[in-house]
Amino acid sequence: MERKTPKYLFWRRFTKNGLAVCGSIIVILLFFVAAFAPSISPYDPGQINIKDMLQPPSRYHLLGTDQLGRDVLSRMIWGSRISLMVGFVAVGIATVIGAFLGALAGYYGKWIDTVIMRFVDIMLCFPAFFLILAVIAILEPTIWNVMVVIGLTSWMGVTRLVRAEFLSLRERDFVKAAQAIGSKDVRVIFLHILPNALSPIWVSATLGVAAAILTESALSFLGIGVQPPTPSWGNILTAGKDNIEIAWWLSLYPGLAILITVLGYNLLGEGIRDAIDPRLKT
Amino acid sequence: MRDDLVVLENLKKYFAVKAGFFSLKEVTIKAVDDINLTIRRGETLGLVGESGCGKSTMGKLILKLEEPTEGRIFFDGEDITACSKERMRELRRELQIIFQDPYSSLNPRKTVRKIVEEPLIIHGIGDRKERKERVKELLRVVGLRQEYMNRYPHEFSGGQRQRIGIARALSLNPKLIIADEPVSALDVSVQAQIINLLNSLQEDFNLTYLFIAHDLSVVEYVSDRVAVMYLGRIVELTSSQTLYNDAKHPYTEALLSAVPVPDPRREKKRIVLKGDPPNPITPPSGCYFHTRCRYRMSICEREYPPFKEITPGHSVACHLVA
Repeated sequence: MERKTPKYLFWRRFTKNGLAVCGSIIVILLFFVAAFAPSISPYDPGQINIKDMLQPPSRYHLLGTDQLGRDVLSRMIWGSRISLMVGFVAVGIATVIGAFLGALAGYYGKWIDTVIMRFVDIMLCFPAFFLILAVIAILEPTIWNVMVVIGLTSWMGVTRLVRAEFLSLRERDFVKAAQAIGSKDVRVIFLHILPNALSPIWVSATLGVAAAILTESALSFLGIGVQPPTPSWGNILTAGKDNIEIAWWLSLYPGLAILITVLGYNLLGEGIRDAIDPRLKT
Repeated sequence: MRDDLVVLENLKKYFAVKAGFFSLKEVTIKAVDDINLTIRRGETLGLVGESGCGKSTMGKLILKLEEPTEGRIFFDGEDITACSKERMRELRRELQIIFQDPYSSLNPRKTVRKIVEEPLIIHGIGDRKERKERVKELLRVVGLRQEYMNRYPHEFSGGQRQRIGIARALSLNPKLIIADEPVSALDVSVQAQIINLLNSLQEDFNLTYLFIAHDLSVVEYVSDRVAVMYLGRIVELTSSQTLYNDAKHPYTEALLSAVPVPDPRREKKRIVLKGDPPNPITPPSGCYFHTRCRYRMSICEREYPPFKEITPGHSVACHLVA
């Protein structure tokens, strides 16, 4: 029997959307690349070979070599791990903070709402990228610091989203029913309301991954993100910038990788959004 | 008196709203205004009135889902108006609610089993196996097949969903169930099934109902006594027999005249009330009903009539009978 469950409808709308399917294929491919980096990268990403420096793409080095003779393809494959990790950890932090604060603000309202939302407004006043630059300049630019700082500066959108969902859901009768059977607030918030507010959170998290990857690349490009010799798409680009006249492949391929990845996550996020509620489609 | 399960004393609930978008001034809406009412053990008290007259707010006040502005609520002799959160949580076993809209009252992400089982989990009743048995039994009691246990609410019809809501309300063996327009959202044929179910459950489980509705024909069928509400106040309270034969308040009279009679030959004069109910922010002077009343007298515009018992068990707030 074919039942028109919400899940079924979601799946049908999602698979009908070609761009969304493209996005998910890109994202899934990237997952595999990152997961199997040790077995699929042809060379050791850190192996320096001055003899072969700045080789153009060839049979031996598919995407060429960098100024220290390291294989660009291998470095990019390992760099995908960094991008993926930064994307997920930063978004994870932002989503947890955002969902928690948004839930409190939306459920309790009154002064709690006012305090939290004014704090959100204050945070939004800072130009986020310069805030991150300043903080990283003070702290050590390790990959963990980068992830945490990106996470701590990008939770405001989620907070607003979750608050709005809570404002409408808390008036629904099933929430009143949960209160009427004696559920504590924690139970009502996390077991009754939050599961019903998950879909917009998923969308914003997916789009957030793209933004976080972009921020990390930018930071690494400026030299205060992931530090060499650890490969990341951003710091490969930095090397590319110095040699752009003689070694175009050093700039082109990591740039393309960033572009395609961000595009993939954005398509996926928008696909999920349109499939959840076709009316939101613009 | 041990016969009184719920006693409401001068209960008031005012909502503050902004007077306008740019205005800082707040005005109050008197949703429930000075209500004194007793619900007797084992009875069904019907509560009728137009949309927006404060019926549902009153139900939610008794359940403490809304905090009263003033007045006191006694449940089973205990003053629950200011009782602690912990005590209230215990008391929730005794007080339950059935909602109007069966599409919004069940959490769409939980299975029927989880919905009905949750009150038991919260109050720490039984172990996993016992609870499962209890859920099965409750589903049987409300007339649902136990195979439905693992399905989600969207797979059911309105009537079936309402049965699930009833099973949830019954799970803790409550003494009082507040039925907040439990059948208004259902088809007429399904309404009858649900009403009969509620009636038989009342006998089997010794339940007391506060039955909120806007449909007098339904209320007549289920209630022992009926309270008629207008703009946050009770204007008439009597046994359902008396109400239908000998209503005193002009508002009740008008409501009754709107009840369809299944007899084409019987002529009935329909009293059509003029205008909308007045804005509860600025209720009319004197009797709230005088703006729409057929028998308006000059005193009606000046004084709110006292709520007086005119014959034993029949109270009315109207200058006509005072």
